[in-house]
Amino acid sequence: MPLLLFLEQTLNGLQFGVTLFLMAAGLTLVLGIMNMVNLAHGAFYMLGAYFAATLVPITGSFFMSVVLALAGAAAVGLLTEMVALRTLYSRDHLDQVLATFGLILFFRELVKIVWGPIAIFMDVPDLFSGRVEIVPGAPYPVYRLLVLAVGVTVGGFLWWLITRTRLGMLIRAGASNREMVGALGVDIKRLYTLVFALGCALAALAGVMAGPLYVVDIGMGDDILIKTFVVIVIGGIGSVRGAFVAAIIVGMVDTFGRILPSQFGLSATIAELAIYILMAAVLFWKPRGLFPAAG
Amino acid sequence: MILSLDRSRIFVLVLLAALALLPIVATLGGEEFYIGQFRRILIFAIAAISLDLILGYGGMVSLGHAAFVGVGAYVVAILVHHANEETLFLGFIPGTFEPLITWPLAMLVAGAFAFVIGLISLRTSGVYFIMITLAFAQMVYYVFVSWRTYGGDDGLRFRGGDTLAGFIDLGDDLTFYYVVFAVLLAVLYLGRRLVKSRFGRVIEGCRENERRMRALGFPSYRYKLAAFTIAGAVAGLAGGLFATHEAYISPSIMHWTRSGDLIIMVILGGMGTLYGPLVGAVVFMLMEKFLPDYTQHWQIVFGPVLVLIVLFARRGVFGWVLPARAGGRGHG
Amino acid sequence: MKRAAFFAAGAVALSMVALTAPSHAQQGVKIGLITTLSGPQAGTGREMVDGFNLGIKHAGGRLGNMPTEVLVGDDQFRPDTGKSVAERMVQRDRVDIVTGVVFSNILLALSDTVLKDRRGVFLINSNAAPSQLSGAGCDRNFFSVSWQNDNVHEAMGQHMTSAGVKRAYLMAPNYPAGKDALTGVKRYFKGEVVGEVYTQLGQTDYAAELAALRAARPEAVYFFYPGGMGIAFVRQYAQAGLVQQIPLFGPSFSLDQTILPGIGDAALGVYASTYWSEKLQNPGNEKFVRDFEAEYKRIPSPYAAQSYDTAMLIDSALKQSGGIANKDKFRDAVRAANFTSIRGPFKFNKNHMPIQNYYLTQIAKDQQGRLVMDLKGVIFASHADVYASECKMKW
Repeated sequence: MPLLLFLEQTLNGLQFGVTLFLMAAGLTLVLGIMNMVNLAHGAFYMLGAYFAATLVPITGSFFMSVVLALAGAAAVGLLTEMVALRTLYSRDHLDQVLATFGLILFFRELVKIVWGPIAIFMDVPDLFSGRVEIVPGAPYPVYRLLVLAVGVTVGGFLWWLITRTRLGMLIRAGASNREMVGALGVDIKRLYTLVFALGCALAALAGVMAGPLYVVDIGMGDDILIKTFVVIVIGGIGSVRGAFVAAIIVGMVDTFGRILPSQFGLSATIAELAIYILMAAVLFWKPRGLFPAAG
Repeated sequence: MILSLDRSRIFVLVLLAALALLPIVATLGGEEFYIGQFRRILIFAIAAISLDLILGYGGMVSLGHAAFVGVGAYVVAILVHHANEETLFLGFIPGTFEPLITWPLAMLVAGAFAFVIGLISLRTSGVYFIMITLAFAQMVYYVFVSWRTYGGDDGLRFRGGDTLAGFIDLGDDLTFYYVVFAVLLAVLYLGRRLVKSRFGRVIEGCRENERRMRALGFPSYRYKLAAFTIAGAVAGLAGGLFATHEAYISPSIMHWTRSGDLIIMVILGGMGTLYGPLVGAVVFMLMEKFLPDYTQHWQIVFGPVLVLIVLFARRGVFGWVLPARAGGRGHG
Repeated sequence: MKRAAFFAAGAVALSMVALTAPSHAQQGVKIGLITTLSGPQAGTGREMVDGFNLGIKHAGGRLGNMPTEVLVGDDQFRPDTGKSVAERMVQRDRVDIVTGVVFSNILLALSDTVLKDRRGVFLINSNAAPSQLSGAGCDRNFFSVSWQNDNVHEAMGQHMTSAGVKRAYLMAPNYPAGKDALTGVKRYFKGEVVGEVYTQLGQTDYAAELAALRAARPEAVYFFYPGGMGIAFVRQYAQAGLVQQIPLFGPSFSLDQTILPGIGDAALGVYASTYWSEKLQNPGNEKFVRDFEAEYKRIPSPYAAQSYDTAMLIDSALKQSGGIANKDKFRDAVRAANFTSIRGPFKFNKNHMPIQNYYLTQIAKDQQGRLVMDLKGVIFASHADVYASECKMKW
């Protein structure tokens, strides 16, 4: 592979990895802190995209729509948490899988009723619709760079939140020792609700950023959900740092896995299996992922 | 206590009797159509019971169980396909129509798959286990989606493979129904023997407290692997029956949502009870078939129903008739 | 004790009561429309239902001037569910005709249930027609009113040859329909294929593939991505700035009205091969498009057009045969295809696949600024499929 093409593909891998990270960050927080398997995370990804796609033509501003979409998804998340999910934190994973599976069906059908069965349109904001030649001869969409930047910023924000703030301290403590946080006189219920809403907002942000690139339809959350789970499992559940590293690794493996086999005349099926093989291998040697959260 | 135990026994007997009589009633009523429908339900019940072995008794939340059903189904489909074409699988294995060969092979191969997948997956636990079983199922799914020799995503249609032991015609709705029913009874009986055995107790012990079981000197990993393999094999058998029933197989049967469906059947009926999944399969599949008659948007009802079941009816349908603390899940 | 026993018996008995409500149409026709109404593909099923209903409306509310009952069933995008719905319609509800199936795998799963039924039920399908049912596996009661699966791809292969394309790059999902599509293109494309890439089914990020594509320097790109994959692909192709550099060609399945609204302006200028377009000029089609828009507030897709044609075909056959009780008479009437298709000339090949025109269209905006498949010309006139010679059926 020529060097320039290699560089371009590396950029693609990074960008795809960061998209996965956006999705994984919220999921790993909820999973790590509340020990809650949320299959409906993909539903909030979808809701974020649908909200933003609907709001852009109304508000006329991409930025405004993003903010409102995140708030909307967080609000729906808050409601869902309080009505249905709150009591599930103390239950086993099986109950959580089943209930959130039910939520997937619900939200999907709801979106289908409100927005119709076919995909809806979401445009790339004008400001970011151009292309730049980072690698000579290969104009790169500016919007993809924006996704990259947003992902890195979110990563930085979460790092700051978790290591530098009181909330972060509680989150870390909550992940390792639930009783102790309670003993500190912190309302753990409120903390959980807050973290869940944050997770939903992050999923919605991933959906909003993905909307103009991919497709906004009722199936959009399914494919990425499974890849996201692969990411957080490789990274180690509850570890945002692990999720970031694993997302980049998975992004790279997926990207090069899609390109390389055909160059050597191998079947494309290998590409489809690449990230699953990677995950099985990692778990074989490190059953708790690359960066197991403390405790 | 004795009285309530009787209650659950009566429930089971009445249920089995109803299922045994169903084809006769259907035939008398001129509605033979139900025989095929309920046969499919019984086949899924066998798959759900196999999942209950590891899910209910062993506490292993596998989100990839449908893959074993699919593998078993493809074993039957591929063997019959080659028998039709008079070609060899992988260049040296001849095909066959005989279910007495194809069904056990379906069990064997699915069991082997389960063994290998379990070997790696059971090193992990909790969410990691859920996700790694899902990942393996996805791998198997994608391999079959793109495997063009056997139809890939289009699926594989085949003819024949429905004469059991050379003289029992499975093409006859009634006969095949009772064959499936007999297999179901055998699975229930052997499953009961298994969970009551020392092996079964160890598995349950691992669910409650694996560390303690290890301390007591039980190699828990091996016990769990054995249970996982048995469950996979029985799922493979269900798959084999499914293939014969449909005369068609496609990777859609191993999609991860199918594994989700199996979990729903187990919970709906009552996990850790063996009979529960049978009830769950009946209820779930009837709901899935007939809710769409009332509204095209039935999933908006069905989704919340699942949530409500988890929140308020965790012991499932079978839990209602069981005495308060016998069977069912132990945690809480 | 009693409660338990009652419940168990009740569970089975009750369900049977609930299911037993068959109504037999004495003289008339009963049609089972089995299609995909849930999941991400539900948009196609909606088109099938709406197109068929409009057809019945245009036929005066009755097909063949006789009482017409249509049962709609959802296959939930699952082959075994589709088969189960078919069993119910054929064995319990005793429909005379099954139609509406969108996907090949579902059609293959349920075809035997319909075609092997002793009553002689017809499968007059309005979308999928896989090779398994077109060649040696053709059936006297199976008709495709749409196309054979390969045809639309073949048409674009032919057009790329005529347009003088020397180096083409082909892309499709990694599953049989994807491979069949590209085989269809290659059957008529005479230039060099500089890349043939299969991607994961359901994949929506194509950045890596597009980089490799650009590096291969093709003169044209052919893609087959149905549903959401198509939306993502075309948008990313445009975002990468490739539309102006390398012309993009695809089948109508990736560029019709179930897809175009999701792609947006990125689709402008892309070429689509098709057998029907909303811009096709004939009185029947103009009426169909106008009434469909008035009724359903959207432009019809080819799925709706096929389904509409199917209703019209059944109408004509019933009128000609005087009913469906005599299966042979009805079959002959269907074979005659004595109706005016909104696609232009239409007749059946001996394997019951259509012989029809295939058109070149380009995505453009109509007067209201909506994206449509703008008609550019005819690629194939009265085109037949390659499987007909393998079909032993004689008529």
